[in-house]
Amino acid sequence: MSLFSKLKEGLNKTRENLTRRVGALLAGSSRLDDDFFDELEEILLTADVGAQTSMELVERLRREVKDRKITDPVAVGSLLREEVARMLGEEVPRLGWAPSPPTVILVVGVNGAGKTTTIGKLAYRLGREGNKVLLAAADTFRAAAGEQLAIWAERAGAGLIRHQAGADPAAVVYDAIQSARNRRADVVLVDTAGRLQTKTNLMEELKKVRRVIERELPGAPHEVLLVLDATTGQNALSQAKLFHEATGVTGIALTKLDGTAKGGVVLAIAAEMGIPVKLVGLGEGLDDLKEFQPRDFAAALFSGLAGEKEE
Amino acid sequence: MAVFASLADKLQETFKKLRGKGKLTEADVTAAMREIRLALLEADVNFKVVKDFINRVKERAVGQEVMQSLTPGQQVVKIVHEELTALMGGGESKINWASQPPTVIMLAGLQGAGKTTTAAKLARLAQNQGRRPLLVAADVYRPAAIKQLQVLSEQLKIPVFSMGEGSSPVDIARAAVEHARTHGSNPVILDTAGRLHINETMMAELAAIKEAVRPQEILLVVDAMTGQDAVQVASTFHQQLGLTGVILTKLDGDTRGGAALSIRAVTGCPIKFIGMGEKTEALETFHPDRLASRILGMGDVLSLIEKAQANLDVERAKELQKKIRQQEFTLEDFLEQMKQMKKMGPLEEILNMLPGAGKMKQLKDLQIDPKEMIRTEAIIQSMTPAERRNPAIINGSRKRRIAAGSGTRVQDVNRLLRQFEDARKLIHMFSEGGGKKRPKGRIPFPF
Repeated sequence: MSLFSKLKEGLNKTRENLTRRVGALLAGSSRLDDDFFDELEEILLTADVGAQTSMELVERLRREVKDRKITDPVAVGSLLREEVARMLGEEVPRLGWAPSPPTVILVVGVNGAGKTTTIGKLAYRLGREGNKVLLAAADTFRAAAGEQLAIWAERAGAGLIRHQAGADPAAVVYDAIQSARNRRADVVLVDTAGRLQTKTNLMEELKKVRRVIERELPGAPHEVLLVLDATTGQNALSQAKLFHEATGVTGIALTKLDGTAKGGVVLAIAAEMGIPVKLVGLGEGLDDLKEFQPRDFAAALFSGLAGEKEE
Repeated sequence: MAVFASLADKLQETFKKLRGKGKLTEADVTAAMREIRLALLEADVNFKVVKDFINRVKERAVGQEVMQSLTPGQQVVKIVHEELTALMGGGESKINWASQPPTVIMLAGLQGAGKTTTAAKLARLAQNQGRRPLLVAADVYRPAAIKQLQVLSEQLKIPVFSMGEGSSPVDIARAAVEHARTHGSNPVILDTAGRLHINETMMAELAAIKEAVRPQEILLVVDAMTGQDAVQVASTFHQQLGLTGVILTKLDGDTRGGAALSIRAVTGCPIKFIGMGEKTEALETFHPDRLASRILGMGDVLSLIEKAQANLDVERAKELQKKIRQQEFTLEDFLEQMKQMKKMGPLEEILNMLPGAGKMKQLKDLQIDPKEMIRTEAIIQSMTPAERRNPAIINGSRKRRIAAGSGTRVQDVNRLLRQFEDARKLIHMFSEGGGKKRPKGRIPFPF
């Protein structure tokens, strides 16, 4: 199954609703008037794109339509796709990688976003690509978080560094990096405890984890992934901002896209902060983590528009 | 984001332009409604819910109340607040207890909403009310979910019923209720696996559990940060299970929590509790009016006052005040004051409850490092009572002893003494009514 069709399948229920509405809108409108653009804005709002970004996007479309003297509502569909893909970055973003192993990937996010599951899937994926993967169980706070990661490590065939509950997460990370060197691991995935971005002391703890990584391995972490639940609304902006301030986020893993949520807030994050989405989670299976393809994402969101051909 | 910091200010601004016109036109009201619409959307209230809501508010706003008011901005906010509160259900909701125990409480929701943590919190609440709750580990899918519940129940000394991952959740639920009956446990709290509302097999499983044990309460656990999708999730769960209520989690962050409004509007189910932290005691009763303020970015003064009342010892506070007046404020009082403040919880949480404070940049400086606080405490505790009462006697050798005793450096001791002196001067100034002499800049906080 190609990535596109998998993504499309995942986005299917999401899309049906949105696309049907866009399709109906485009088919039903004979004129590109204010009502047309108002409704387009509504559709974006419903996808969690957010008031500000939706308005800006519609404003840009409006201008383009005027500049290019477009009169056919159908043509607006491809314009919309173009615009969204452009906002998300045209290139397929790659995970940061160390010039020589080990590569360290720090995974952060709020509670329940899906950090541990994402790490399990990422470990499996990187392992299948021939890497020796080591997991660092730096979530020493939540009950049974270590056990949960241990199960994933086993499934993915990855190594695991784990301390007892309540241990200092920075100490776990320190151990993991030493061990990665000794075992000649290619990549270390660091699982951290979920925390709300407004909890200053917990964010300080995260900064410390990052500092220890930097100290023990110059150049690391090579990737700081913020795991974001696609169901999240506008608070995702605050998450991106504050996690970025604390840890220097380099990419987003957008999880739970197999539901009906649209994850449109990543558009706002891309527009305001320029942080790209790198991975998408489409289920709980080992295989359900995919590379993010901006064009496919935009296409999947708006494909099926009247007059649009499926790729 | 900051654009919508305060709806009241924005509206006041909108209406200011209209002063002197004598009468508000419908266009003026439309402009105001636009601000409200944006504020609600920014708070993640569902688009359709916003639309209906705006129409209702508009009807009231074009009426007499606003037109004749001198502060139409405030007036509109008042209407919005009232309507929001009404929409979220008047009073507080409680658990429906079964006439024949045990009462069965089933939790359901999407992955990562916080069901397992909430189950433990509910059990603790029941325990504090003198009941004998039973936690049931019916999530056989997520790795280590059962273990998580076991660890939590151990911490709380509350029994957990588990049949491992090999049994069906329906069998587990049935056996658990039977177990509760014979052992006199009540309530029975079912922790189910997180699932997508569009997963038919998994939703059918919940319906089968419901059929098997007939819960008095079926509570949807929802992440307060949920966006527009909250409506679809909640209405699907409600259609298939017949929810009796909602628990909103992770409200201790900076989310406005507009999802609550959407859910209430589409399901009509009351929000029964809110999750305010990761600790098992962090489950609170839901107050519609307070969430209304929060959605509008107006802060939560009531919760703040309540928190202060619950945690501060009034007698001690009075005593402290007296001392301040008599200028007998010592390091002992300083420590006492610090302990009282600590009981109120993290300072940033308190600040978030103040109207507009969450957005104020200056207040960022006030955020307190809890470690710094522990250090300060250690230093004071390493002093002799005589030193605490009269810091003037602390000389070089005493400082070295205090530093060694508290595991800090002499510089730290010096800094604390300086801060204390500053605080004392400031208190002195205030108590003398020296308002004019008030120094510029921020109050030298002791930690």
